[in-house]
Amino acid sequence: MSTKPKIGFYWCASCGGCEESVVDLAEDVLMVVGAVDIVFWPCAMDFKKADVEAMPDKSIVATLLNGAIRSSEQEEMAHLLRRKSQVLIAYGSCAHTGGVPGLANQFTREQIMKYVYEDAPTMVNDKKTRPQTHFKEDGRETELPQLRNVVRALDQVVDVDYYIPGCPPTPKLLKDAVLALLSGKLPPKGSVLAPNIAVCQQCKRNDSKPQDISLTEFKRPHQIIADPEKCLLAQGLPCLGPATRGGCDAVCIQGNMPCTGCFGPVDNVHDHGAKILSYLASTAAGKEQKDITKTLAGIPDPVGTFYRYGLAKCVLRGKVS
Amino acid sequence: METKSNNWEPRIVAFFCNWCTYTAADLAGVSRMKYAPNIRVIRLMCSGRLDPQYVMMAFAKGADGVLIGGCHPGDCHYVEGNYKTLRRVTLLERMLHDLGLEKERFRLEWISASEGDKVKKVVNEMVEQVRALGPLDMPGRFADWDKEMEELEAHVNHSQKEIPAHVH
Repeated sequence: MSTKPKIGFYWCASCGGCEESVVDLAEDVLMVVGAVDIVFWPCAMDFKKADVEAMPDKSIVATLLNGAIRSSEQEEMAHLLRRKSQVLIAYGSCAHTGGVPGLANQFTREQIMKYVYEDAPTMVNDKKTRPQTHFKEDGRETELPQLRNVVRALDQVVDVDYYIPGCPPTPKLLKDAVLALLSGKLPPKGSVLAPNIAVCQQCKRNDSKPQDISLTEFKRPHQIIADPEKCLLAQGLPCLGPATRGGCDAVCIQGNMPCTGCFGPVDNVHDHGAKILSYLASTAAGKEQKDITKTLAGIPDPVGTFYRYGLAKCVLRGKVS
Repeated sequence: METKSNNWEPRIVAFFCNWCTYTAADLAGVSRMKYAPNIRVIRLMCSGRLDPQYVMMAFAKGADGVLIGGCHPGDCHYVEGNYKTLRRVTLLERMLHDLGLEKERFRLEWISASEGDKVKKVVNEMVEQVRALGPLDMPGRFADWDKEMEELEAHVNHSQKEIPAHVH
């Protein structure tokens, strides 16, 4: 039997981009595959839940779990993998901060079920049938997972050792994390495995960022052809770089698109969205309420803009209903 | 959300700036004005120091309302601080509304150092409005949401106990 460290990957409520990011390691994936034994990776290899259940506790050196926790099935797998792993890593925005699926926390479970199974324009369901968690027919019984009340980040369900941020994480972060795991040189538990600096600090346009930004209008990316050299905020685009963790080498801004905040907050920030709001709102020009209101109307959806990847980890966790 | 006990009283966290509103609250005190005892005042050097996180955290930790008091526009001890407050509060107000909080739970007032009576009026008014809304009780809501998780964890741990450690 192989003595190489055992690694697992798992996928919960996510889009598949995190799995893709493993493949994005390109030739480095060979280094990773050569150095470890992948014992669980349902997306790419044929393993079953029973295989994991049969493993002794803590026998997996590290599990990288991506995706938010939305259903009872995902929650069960999170508990199981936590039990079997020495180190559990929340991989990608969804596991780290709830991600885009976390935006569902603006609606109750009933609102979501009603829309999907009754009101959606493409739905024909006269009997208003809804999926049931238990179903019995001809003596056979089936079970379906239950949709939970809210979307949760991984650490709202089980104890998490490390976080790798990003939507998806960059190959460099994954490679660095694997090397740190293999060498045993891991930072203190609870660390985010990315530098504790803002995106602006890694942004090549930082020198063009004015000391004071005063905007009379916020623009959306499709409304202007942005100057590729100049700070996007100074051009009126709501870039979340000043309040978002770096480590991504500001790749979106290199592509002339503003930061949307996928790396989450830096250490010691409790609420990423509130911190972005604080920064962006203060750039609005004017001293009169009507001028300020008019400028800030350029951010039509503050929840969706500031918590695009982190509503589950907002201190209010979603919409109060 | 239902009232957990009949003794519920609104809890309002108030962030007052040192130079105007806090001094006004002081004046209300030494003038022996009586107003509702439901506010917990936190003194900031300037209302512009108010990080929107403080407001969110106050609600998340159980406040039923948040009141912010600063100097009148043009009167800020630090010249521009209260304009920053106004900008942040304008957007925060909208965001909190989108997050389902009633607008009466969050209020900004400009109260100068001589307006002790305004402190009394604003606090009394807000306490009554929040009382009419009832408790926000975010910690209670979080606990309710998370009840669904207890059973499953117990189930996983129970089913796993049957696996002997010497397998493999």
